[in-house]
Amino acid sequence: MNEVAIVGIGMHPFGRHEGVTGMEQGAIAARAACKDAGISWHDVQFAVGGSHESGKPDRMVSMLGLTGLQFTNVSNGCATGGTALSTACNAIMAGMYDVGVALGFDKHPRGAFASNEPVHPVDGGLDWYGGSGMAINPQFFAMKINRYMTKHNISQRSLARVAAKATRNGAINPMAWRKKAFSEEEVLQSQMLAYPLTQYMFCSPGEGGVALVLCRADLAHKFTSKPIYVRSAVMRSRRFGSFEVKTSWLPPEEEVGPTVDASKAAFEQAGIGPEDVDVAQLQDTESGAEIMHMAENGFCEDGEQEHMLERGETEINGRLPVNTDGGCIANGEPIGASGLRQIYENVLQLRGDAGQRQVQNDPKVAYTHVYGSPGISGVTILSR
Amino acid sequence: MAQQVSVNEFVLDVSGDQPVLMGGRCEACGNVTFPVLQGCPKCTGTDIERVPLGREGTLWAWTVQGFPPKSPPYLGSNDPATFEPFGVGYVALPEVIVEGRLTEAEPAKLKEGMPMRLTVEKLFDNEDGDEVVTFAFAPMDAGE
Ligand SMILES: [Zn+2]
Repeated sequence: MNEVAIVGIGMHPFGRHEGVTGMEQGAIAARAACKDAGISWHDVQFAVGGSHESGKPDRMVSMLGLTGLQFTNVSNGCATGGTALSTACNAIMAGMYDVGVALGFDKHPRGAFASNEPVHPVDGGLDWYGGSGMAINPQFFAMKINRYMTKHNISQRSLARVAAKATRNGAINPMAWRKKAFSEEEVLQSQMLAYPLTQYMFCSPGEGGVALVLCRADLAHKFTSKPIYVRSAVMRSRRFGSFEVKTSWLPPEEEVGPTVDASKAAFEQAGIGPEDVDVAQLQDTESGAEIMHMAENGFCEDGEQEHMLERGETEINGRLPVNTDGGCIANGEPIGASGLRQIYENVLQLRGDAGQRQVQNDPKVAYTHVYGSPGISGVTILSR
Repeated sequence: MAQQVSVNEFVLDVSGDQPVLMGGRCEACGNVTFPVLQGCPKCTGTDIERVPLGREGTLWAWTVQGFPPKSPPYLGSNDPATFEPFGVGYVALPEVIVEGRLTEAEPAKLKEGMPMRLTVEKLFDNEDGDEVVTFAFAPMDAGE
């Protein structure tokens, strides 16, 4: 089986961009990635693209060039970027193609993600679930972290530490949306949206695009002197008994979530463990998620996060830097692009090209994790 | 006099003295879901019996909805000027853990494990002047 290398990366800045469509942001990212790899769109043998609500990605060929390539659209909610990458990797590993592009983009309206589609059949009555004021994503994240904090002695201060770190990292990332660093006090004093989570602890739907050029690993040095290798790209859905977003009931027996499953499988595939990871990007839909995901991905025991955050171990200069680009909290979440943003950041970190936010531990292994509705997780492990 | 009407009779029966939630019980493995589903996510069985759920349980997880939900789908008032935060939580009933509104919205008065009982809360008044209600869980007072 072939191995896969990332030889080009491109990004359209995250944030709000009046007059630029989501798809244009994807196309700009794709051109930038090709340029970074020193190739033209003609050289791209296949593409995999994802977008939640900015149109069918394959339409982008009318902007990039009608070369007749195979272009596959993928959609997996917040894990869409991870799915685009793993689908593209599979094609190269299977020997179907040598060079391809994985990309993702989105442009969401302001305000929390909302769907008018009832979660459950209404059977002639009204939409009792959403209609009664449930099925709102922040509620789930709030209940999950609230329960976790009670069980494992995590303080609200830790939630604020994560959010303040995200905005500090975002402030030194030229591609980030939020470039203002908030103090822990400012985070704690912002509006309480869903106890114990305040406004500044949450990410917002946003805009952006990311593209990667991938190739057969043995060809990588034709394109770049700093190839980054994909050691694993894994996606898992929930099993019976895990506590997930938009679920109106749970069985009394509890089961671990899809993040634990995806993480274990990814480490196994890569043949390494959490102790080998030098930098990690973990889904931080809100700051509680980052805290829980530190443990679910195997980087600490439940409850250890309190002291790790207190000691700054997940800061850029810490023992295990987490969300070095500001994560979802500072970058917003354009669903199709978000998972690939994490990969983009890890490639920069592994190349040593992350500028002011370069981690100082000479990183060799980098980890990404996404989580989304209705209970899916994607994990990738990259190495130099 | 205004009558109480269920937001959805398939899940909430308000015809008797006490409100009742209706769940689904898998005849193969006994797993109970809320609401009734067409198939059993535990064992993949398809023989599902509609059953009333117990009305009392303990609080399993909770939060407080601090901002007005979007409408649609929300059926209650979401006028920012008059919006009052409301509790949301999961309550462990004897058969299954069910998500519902909570009548209590003060964090200091909510605690995992506290006893809760099913009740109803008004969402809006319909054209016939009836109160459309949904289910909610209320803390059971000490000594009750
Ligand atoms: Zn069953």
